[in-house]
Amino acid sequence: MNFIKLLEELSNKEVLSKKGSRREVFNQMKSFGKNAALASIPFGLAATSKNAKAATSSMAAAAFQADSTDVLNFALTLEYLEREFYQMGIDSGVIDASDQNVFTTISDHENAHVTFLLGALGDNAIDMPTFDFSGAPGGLDLDPFNDYPTFMALAQGFEDTGVRAYKGQAGALANDPTLLEYALQIHSVEARHAAQVRRMRGEKGWITQSENTLPSSFQAIYEGSTPESNTTQGGVDLAGNFPDLGGNDALTEAFDEPLTMDEVNAIASIFIVS
Amino acid sequence: MKKRKVKVQACTAQNGNGRRKFLRMSGLAIAGSGLLIGCSDDDDFIAPPDPDPDPDPDPVFDLGSGNLGILNYAYALEQLEAAFYQKVLDGSYWMGLDNGEEKQILEDVRNHEVIHREFFKTAINAAVPAEQVLPDLEFDFSSVDFTNRSSVLNTAKMLEDTGVQAYNGAGKLIDTSQTNGAVYLLTAGKIVSVEARHASAIRDLLNPGSSDFAGDDVLTDLGGSGVAYDKATPPAYILAAVGNLNFITTEFTANNLPS
Repeated sequence: MNFIKLLEELSNKEVLSKKGSRREVFNQMKSFGKNAALASIPFGLAATSKNAKAATSSMAAAAFQADSTDVLNFALTLEYLEREFYQMGIDSGVIDASDQNVFTTISDHENAHVTFLLGALGDNAIDMPTFDFSGAPGGLDLDPFNDYPTFMALAQGFEDTGVRAYKGQAGALANDPTLLEYALQIHSVEARHAAQVRRMRGEKGWITQSENTLPSSFQAIYEGSTPESNTTQGGVDLAGNFPDLGGNDALTEAFDEPLTMDEVNAIASIFIVS
Repeated sequence: MKKRKVKVQACTAQNGNGRRKFLRMSGLAIAGSGLLIGCSDDDDFIAPPDPDPDPDPDPVFDLGSGNLGILNYAYALEQLEAAFYQKVLDGSYWMGLDNGEEKQILEDVRNHEVIHREFFKTAINAAVPAEQVLPDLEFDFSSVDFTNRSSVLNTAKMLEDTGVQAYNGAGKLIDTSQTNGAVYLLTAGKIVSVEARHASAIRDLLNPGSSDFAGDDVLTDLGGSGVAYDKATPPAYILAAVGNLNFITTEFTANNLPS
């Protein structure tokens, strides 16, 4: 399956499936008991357990598994993109000598994440899309592998997007504790990367309001249905509560915000040919 | 507080990383340690009769069970971090710094951690009666030298890395089928990445331009793919580690947390 096909499939699913159907599925599964719920882990390593066997015998569980596969393939797309970007950056020689350590480390991590997700998905993994880091598919004309500031800007954009993308899927993985935990373990590493690259660009390691210091076409990385400038947490608008603690700027820095799958895909599509 | 006997019993707990052993301590007033760590799945543990029962025991707060327990757990960690950074900003090392990135980072992190603490205070008070909300904890940071850069930054590094691992380990323990459970999970996700950003920045202050911002010393491997993942650590281990720091002087128990 390629990326475009995945997108089509996801949008079809949204049309075809009623909202809340996943919750119904999960409630059904709960009636089978805790073991059945745990067994929705789509990992190859889990497939041998007797719990997984019990779950795959139910259509409900099969539907649930498909959703987790979508999330994993979504993550894999981003990890492919990051891995290719950093590998091409390293190969191109665009990276300053003093920053080699940092980008080699990040590259190693993205490579590991791809390996991990491929192993987890097995035959269900999508193929690597064809990327164009000039941004031509999105109408841009960037030159990241000859122009270091552009390389750094894209690196920041990909890392900040990655953090928001994984965060946005936490809820979708909530019924799959093992997978949720793995995703969280990747999510915070992406945040470590993001902070480092931001600081190398002279930015704060955290995101103030929805400030975008990348080319204006990347404003979406900091916006979305829950923009980074959001001040409402847990249903309470905390704006204005912290005048002596950096005010609303610090408040928005203190909480990173999620992006939806659609919002992330729109950003990623700028660099995806097919 | 008068001293009391401390009973230590071993029990075991299952978790994703296999079978491990940790200590259950019953009784109060472990000198220098504010935390009492317990297992919740302790059906096989029967406490022996206390040979020296205290007729008027001071009530010790328990974090509670379910999502409340996890919220109080996070609130305890945020109280610790906020108190630490406030001490940093009151200390001569920070005050003596020239205006610049390092000074700004520490001030920002103080702001963020106090905001996290206040968020949890608000959220937990909105959800349960006041007596179920972890009280304001007291701290003793006398082992940290707030005049000394290395002491300040290495303590900060340890607290931020601990925070990341703690939130990562708590995520799956949040029951999203309960009221506001999905909100709690998402909010934990919103906070943990900021803790990771802090950890990254402080690690890079200590060793600029190195791999330490996401160093092998703090990361782990998953499935043989490479050392490229933050750890996810269950509350019992986090609380034991934090207890060993002896920063928290207010006693509380964590006997009913989900695991």
